[in-house]
Amino acid sequence: MAELRIGIDVGGTNTDAVVLDAGGRVIAKAKRPTTPEVTGGLRAALDAVLSDLEGGPRPGDPTASGPTASGLPAGGHGAGGHGAGGHGRRAGREDVTRVMLGTTHATNAILERRGLGRVAVLRLGAPATTAVPPLSDWPGDLREAVSAGEAIVPGGHYVDGREIAPLDLDAVRRFLDGVRADAVAVTGVFSPADDAHERRVAELVRAEYGLPVSVSHEIGSLGLLERENATVLNAALYGVAAHVTGALRTALAERGLGARPYLAQNDGTLMTLEHAARLPVSTIGSGPANSLRGAAYLSGVADAVVVDVGGTSTDLGVLAGGFPRESAAAVEIGGVLTNFRMPDILAIALGGGTVLRGTPGSRAAHAGPVRRGVRVGPDSVGYRIGREALVFGGATATMTDAAVAAGRVPPGSEGWRERLRAAVQTLDASREAGDMSERMADILESAVTLADEMIIDAVDRMSLGRTGRPLVAVGGGAFLLPGRVPGAGEVIRPEHAEVANAVGAAIALASGRVDTILPAGDGRSAAIEGAKEEARARAVAAGADPAGVEIVDLLEVPLSYLSEPAVRVHVKAAGPLAR
Amino acid sequence: MLGTGGGGGVRTGSLAAIAAVRRHGPVPLVNLADLPDDALVVPMSGIGAPTVSHEMIHGEDEPRRLAEEVERIFGRPPAALMSAEIGGANGVAPVAWAAQLGVPLLDADGMGRAFPEVQMISMYVAGLAADLVIMSDVAGNVVTIRPVDGLWSERIARAVCVAAGSHALMSDYVLTAGQARGAVIEGTVTRALEIGRATEGTADPLGALREALGAARLITGKLTDVERRTAGGFVRGSATIEGTGADRGRRLTLELQNENLVAVEDGRTRAMVPDLITVVDTETAAAVQTESLRYGQRVTVLAWPCDPLWRTPKGLETAGPRAFGYDLDYVPVEELTAHG
Repeated sequence: MAELRIGIDVGGTNTDAVVLDAGGRVIAKAKRPTTPEVTGGLRAALDAVLSDLEGGPRPGDPTASGPTASGLPAGGHGAGGHGAGGHGRRAGREDVTRVMLGTTHATNAILERRGLGRVAVLRLGAPATTAVPPLSDWPGDLREAVSAGEAIVPGGHYVDGREIAPLDLDAVRRFLDGVRADAVAVTGVFSPADDAHERRVAELVRAEYGLPVSVSHEIGSLGLLERENATVLNAALYGVAAHVTGALRTALAERGLGARPYLAQNDGTLMTLEHAARLPVSTIGSGPANSLRGAAYLSGVADAVVVDVGGTSTDLGVLAGGFPRESAAAVEIGGVLTNFRMPDILAIALGGGTVLRGTPGSRAAHAGPVRRGVRVGPDSVGYRIGREALVFGGATATMTDAAVAAGRVPPGSEGWRERLRAAVQTLDASREAGDMSERMADILESAVTLADEMIIDAVDRMSLGRTGRPLVAVGGGAFLLPGRVPGAGEVIRPEHAEVANAVGAAIALASGRVDTILPAGDGRSAAIEGAKEEARARAVAAGADPAGVEIVDLLEVPLSYLSEPAVRVHVKAAGPLAR
Repeated sequence: MLGTGGGGGVRTGSLAAIAAVRRHGPVPLVNLADLPDDALVVPMSGIGAPTVSHEMIHGEDEPRRLAEEVERIFGRPPAALMSAEIGGANGVAPVAWAAQLGVPLLDADGMGRAFPEVQMISMYVAGLAADLVIMSDVAGNVVTIRPVDGLWSERIARAVCVAAGSHALMSDYVLTAGQARGAVIEGTVTRALEIGRATEGTADPLGALREALGAARLITGKLTDVERRTAGGFVRGSATIEGTGADRGRRLTLELQNENLVAVEDGRTRAMVPDLITVVDTETAAAVQTESLRYGQRVTVLAWPCDPLWRTPKGLETAGPRAFGYDLDYVPVEELTAHG
């Protein structure tokens, strides 16, 4: 019996879906526009990929007649290899055992301040930390939308494990009695090292108030304000998470899919819907992580620079040991600084739909890089590329046009070069005598040079001085990239690169992580073993098979200026999903 | 910018300052000339481990308890608060403390920049005795130390800090305004505000910044190498910047020790401590701390003169290149960059 997996990735422009067979081959794929409320695009992509899988027609395909935003031809998405299960019958939806979804629901909810729950914000740390009250750095409208009230009550710990003050549960009750909230966020000082106070408050809230609780030691690492911010966002997202998991379950049931659903998170791993319902904030940033993991999988390369070219922007990331390299800096979401781990991504304003202009007259309005009479972006025609780019009969010069003029075309783009050549000749022939503006042919040529320089510069920044790593080109606009990039090794263009993000979701593992402070003296070894055990347990809780969980990352950083030598320890465990 | 790569982040201190001003009202800035000779000036700074200060933030009552102890000892309340170190975390946080106490902030500090060691402060250079240290912690403890010398001051203060959870508020050198004249570096709060305003909303932040600082541009280029090691509680290392654009072919090396201390090009020193050397993002002109230096960053290195106090024999003995272990005779940055 074939065991199929469906991976879905909801991006800013497109929602992509793939079906992988038991051997991990892509046997169906689809790309549909992301809809404003997200769920519609998800359903459309799911229908399209099931239709591709089962070989039927694809009714209601809105992009069938034109290219997608990233310059990819929409026709001919079928990946071939149908029936790869090899059991003498065509594979069908009944063979799908798992569905993995990476989605922007949570990110959009925060950015648009939509569907967020009211959170009672509780900090355990008085009399310390009162100089900076909770949510001090939040934008006013987000704070207004989220906060049901804030309090700092006695509790929390010192760096050496002593209590700052005994936990004052009566103060917790007095605060909660006075607020009307959908959820509670609890952040204790040094809880990543000692979570006892947070746990006791969580028990109290569940038992006496029946409200869902976010506890900060499950959400973030050291750095009180950033961890608190992430914990509050998490609590505000419970409603959104319930909506997503409900919508996914319904979409699967409606289509007769008995598959087990999972959600992708920001480190490129998966969690069960039950787990995701508790940690919705972890889904933020899953898009770039999926893309990186998908690139690693499709190319077979575990250490590489990945360049994901979309319609509006290009994301660069680095794969180390098959996982995304993580950002060292704090990450801002919707104007709020958080400290959970996110992939280290460099985004540049360059994509298939990026608008090109001859420089005269455009200086004031646009800020993109200029060279040799052309300005590249930073704006993009986005999803309108199919109407507006020269190659598609429009009047706007785009990066896709420049790439095609330079002979860089995506697979399945017969006739593009001829069409573009004709359009450019018509444009340049219609110039009046004495017209001082650049010829379109020159603009396109200069734009490719400039875009290549932008890519080379970005690759260099991401390389951190390590040259020679292969470059994996993915995303719908990957054909824009040159055949060679100084500082990088071979440029790999894997098959199915345009849906690498959905592939990344489909192949992901489940993981668990621990970030804490441990003594560096005699107890160190035992303490680190304990942290590893906890990380494994968290991976299993997220859906991993206990037999397959391994420690994939162990980082020890000595801490300065402390009385007792101590280390900050970060452990990550990951493994394949349990059956 | 004035932290010259060190001094700690300003984010938590800024949030505390905003919260305190919102709650207690704005903080007046006073000049030393406006204070009578017997007015008490209290320099305050946070001490402890950076990891801890990001997690266990100050309580609101710490400055008040410290100020009450000053009043018990001197028989009168503080007339003004002062930043001990204008560069970095201890430059911004005093705004919060002054607001919480309802006292003005003195337009001065003890360094005009950031320095890593306790004796590297203008009051020490001016010969004032460090014979009184007052500390207050998050739990409400107040500790007064009467040390016999600077070494004991450091030793006991560290021990107290550790007992307090590796994070405390400290005041050494409680001064009268009369003592402070000539012993503090004046105008540094105003200067910090001017630097901030200069780079806001301008099309050429780097140019505006250079003008505000009166800084020489040592190089514009790309960070190609960063080497760091932790030794004796300090981060030491070096960073190499290779020139781009008009500076192509040039290469500048920075010697670091929490702060940027010496800039060398082709074996020639271009700037050295106690003059200020700061690495900024070429595009945004935002200062880059030594711990955030990373391969590939597009940066410009700026250098400008320190306060004249640091160029006196005692100033150079305290915080000149030899105080940091560099076998260099101090030459002012204006002379080093005059022909470069």
